[in-house]
Order: sequence, then C-alpha cells, then structure tokens
Amino acid sequence: MLDDFFLRALLAGVGVALIAGPLGCFIVWRRLAYFGDTMAHSALLGIALAALLDLNLILGVFVVAVGVAFALTLLSRSEIVPTDSLLGILSHSTLALGLVLIAFMTWLRVDLTGLLFGDILAVSRLDLALIYGGGLAVIAALIAIWRPLLAGTVNLELAAAEGLAPERARLIFMLLMAAVIATAMKVVGILLITALLIIPAAAARRFAATPEAMAVIAAGLGALAALLGLFGSLQFDTPSGPSIVVAALAVFLFSLAATRFRRTAPATGPG
Amino acid sequence: MTPGLAMAPGHAPAPQATGEAEPAESLLTLEGLGIRRGTPGRERWLIQNVDLSVARGEIVTLIGPNGAGKSTLVRAAVGVMRPDRGRVIHAPGLRIGYVPQRLSVDRTLPLTVRRFMTLTERHTPADIDRALGEVGIADLAGQELQTLSGGEFQRALIARALVRRPDLLVLDEPVQGVDFSGEIALYDLIREIRDRLNCGVLLISHDLHIVMAATDTVVCLNHHVCCSGTPRAVAESPAYRQLFGPRAAQALAVYQHHHDHTHDHEGRVVPLSPSPEGEGERG
Repeated sequence: MLDDFFLRALLAGVGVALIAGPLGCFIVWRRLAYFGDTMAHSALLGIALAALLDLNLILGVFVVAVGVAFALTLLSRSEIVPTDSLLGILSHSTLALGLVLIAFMTWLRVDLTGLLFGDILAVSRLDLALIYGGGLAVIAALIAIWRPLLAGTVNLELAAAEGLAPERARLIFMLLMAAVIATAMKVVGILLITALLIIPAAAARRFAATPEAMAVIAAGLGALAALLGLFGSLQFDTPSGPSIVVAALAVFLFSLAATRFRRTAPATGPG
Repeated sequence: MTPGLAMAPGHAPAPQATGEAEPAESLLTLEGLGIRRGTPGRERWLIQNVDLSVARGEIVTLIGPNGAGKSTLVRAAVGVMRPDRGRVIHAPGLRIGYVPQRLSVDRTLPLTVRRFMTLTERHTPADIDRALGEVGIADLAGQELQTLSGGEFQRALIARALVRRPDLLVLDEPVQGVDFSGEIALYDLIREIRDRLNCGVLLISHDLHIVMAATDTVVCLNHHVCCSGTPRAVAESPAYRQLFGPRAAQALAVYQHHHDHTHDHEGRVVPLSPSPEGEGERG
C-alpha cells in the first residue's frame, strides 16, 4: 500500500504538520518566528557540510541548526549587534554559504529546488519512518518540558523562582526545533518550513481557550492544510510544498473570517 | 538549585526580625550578599554586603531609590540570580510564591485566570476557587488574563502565588498600575494572607506612605543596606532622611489615621476587618 508515492506524500505531510503545530505555538507565543526562519535557512549549510564530510544529510542539518541556535543565543547576549540584525546576518549568510559550498562541489548532484521548496513526492519509506519515529520522540519531549517551557514563556523569573528549570526547557525546545526542521525539510523545503510552524498555530489561536487546546488545534489545522495542499497539488499540477503553505494560508484566512462573526469585540487589556 | 544557594538545617532565628518576640523560624537569610555586573575590570556592584532575613509570619519591605538594586536583591533571594559574593540560605523545603514586577502575556497565548493558576504546579479546582475567592476575583476565573484591569491583574498574580500555600511570598512592586485606594486594599490583602498562611513576606515597594504601616521590618537599600528596623525606627533614622528627604519622614504620620472602611479592587466600599489598623509593629 505504501508503494503509492502519493499516499506516502500524504502520510509525510500530515505527520510533519502534526509535529509542527504544537511546536509552532511556542514559536508564536515566544515571538521566535524569525529565529526559526534563521535556523531553517542554515539547513542548506548543513546539507553542504554533510555532503563535504560524507555524513547523513539529516544529521548535518540538525547539527548546524543547533549550532546556529546556540550562536544566536550567545551573540544576542553580547549586544554587539541588535538581535534582529543578527538574525538577518546569520539567516542569509548561512543560506548563501550553503549555496556557495554546493556550487563548489561540482561532483555533487543536488536538486536545489527540491531542497528550497520541498520534494514531498520523493518521500521514501525510510523518510516516513524517520518522520513518525522522530515525530513521536519530539512530541514526547515537548510534553515532558511543557510546564517549565510554558511557565518560562509567561515569565522566566516566576518559573525559576518557583522551582522549575525554564532555561533548560528552552534549550531542549531549540533541539526539538532543529529536529523538526531536519525532518520537515523534504516536505515543504527550507524556505517554507517556518510557514508550516507558524500559520496553523496562528489560525488555532482564534479557536482555543487554553494553551493545550491551541497546540492540539494547531496540529489538526496543519494536517488539514497538508491534505488540502497535496490534493490541490495533484489536481492542479502545482509544486507540493508551496501548495501546502497556500492551503495553510487559506485555513488561516478562514479562521479570521469564522471568528469575526462570533466575537464582537476583540480582547484587549494590560498585558 | 544554583551552587550559591545553601540549605541551612534548623537555622537560627533572625534576631532583628521580630524584636523581643519569641524566636521565629527563619525562612530566608542573605549573608554578605554581593552581585556585580559588567566585564572584569569594568565591573560595578549592583548590591554589596547585604544582610537580610525573613522569618515566618514577618513582612519585610525593601525600599530605596530607583536603581538601588531592589529587584536584583529579590532575584538573588529567590534563586534566579547567582550571588557573586556571600550566601543565600533557604530554609529546607522552602516553598516560594512569586509575584513578578511585570508580567506580559502575549495576546497570542490563550490564558484564562483559571489556567494561569496552575502555571507552575497542578492544583485542585477547589483550591483554585478558594484562592481566587480569597483575593476577591472568584467571578473572573473564566476570563482571559489580557482582559483584566490593572487591579484585577495584580490580584490574579497574588492568587496564583497564594494557591501554592507558600512559606515565603515574594512580591516585586505589587501595586504598579493600581490607584491609591487600590494600593491600600492590596497591602491589606497581603497582610491578611500573612495572617492566614503564617508565611513570610518579602516585598519591594516605592510607596513609603503605605509601606510604613503594613510592614514589620523595613530595609532601606541603596546598593547596600542603609538602615533597617521597625518602620518607626527607620523613618526617624538620619540615613533614611538623607536618602528620601525630610518630607519622607512624615510618611508614617500620613497613614496613621483611622478609617472605618476600605475599598476593593473595583472601588466598592468594604467594611474594615477587625484587625489592628494603622500600627506597623506586631508583637
């Protein structure tokens, strides 16, 4: 049954979306959208280095994304460059470095478009095993650090003063993000991974009353977007990664419209 | 637990805390605490040589000018910041309830008052309802935090710390964004909580007028401890007058009038509880 490439693509897309939704909620709550983007852009450098050293590509992406995350954390503390500039520097220079390195390696045959925008129709059984095995591990780890991570998102000092370890939770969260980037790369591509993390989470906000509900709804909406996008891609012969993101955007716009009628006044207050 | 934090088994009572009263269990002791900032060679001490202790049932208030290191001291006291010199000693198994100075919940994070109560720890619905009732916002349990007014928000913060049944309640400027009558109500509430839980309270305040009456011990901080003691003793000390000016010495008098009512967080008139009013010292 898994011989059908389209079925494998559906399973891969839904699997990645189910993992990305809950993680994306924290990216939205902690305002890490550009941070995540920078980690994702570094993936190309990871691929280049892995090819150079003859290592597993996914491992290379993971290691470089983690390295970039730590570099960002350390450099933003030194306050030499404002954090948003720092993100811009690292984001684009790692992407450019990756492209240049790949160009040097003339013997290396890579499908750049596939890397940048996803090549979900080429998903193998091994990829599927990686997405679901790794995905389960990521979700289990996220549940384990949920309380300190959420408390630290609300107020770092409060969480630490009351005996939690929010800094450790934040470090683990960065590892999880790197893992998701490494596995989602094939599905939507390096340039579009952040969209799959953020858009379902942003759409879920309107329907959720608690953080936990928002994480579950984001996973569901992401899976819906993956299904819609892939069937659309098959129907209209459009590239699969961008089609998923367009479907996610449609879901987000629908969530705006759906709640516009339900809620008369948006919540405002001291915050 | 950071290495700078030590546990004191059966710690000795804090002598200056409760005067002649029977020895109370010391919850928190700072010994020669120093915290510095900046790179080696260009470092600057935010606080230095700070000795302080909070006993069970005692309200200790930190006052001092802006930038005096009050928040730094509190951060070190609760273990968020590591001391560069000296020691922070917690009583064994100390449970801290923390009310931060500022807490901004991103609007993308759906957080009702009820869910906020279990942010750092699980609690039963009955305990949550009781804590919300104790601070007078039981009717707001289902509301999102972002929709609360300043006074309601402060009460939600206090309720969240309270539901933990803390040994030590730590509040960093709890009356920000609250009007004058709301401030008095909040300090009355803090005192009520102390009486009910028999916990220690460490709070930072910039408002001398009200602090003076609601406190057992005042510690006046300006990078080091300028003076400390009962509110009356501190108000009369030369160091205090020098730091805050002669007008501040009248702070004690301002609050020492009798009122027969107070106001809740919505400004409603509430009859006064029969607790002693206007007098700072407790036996």
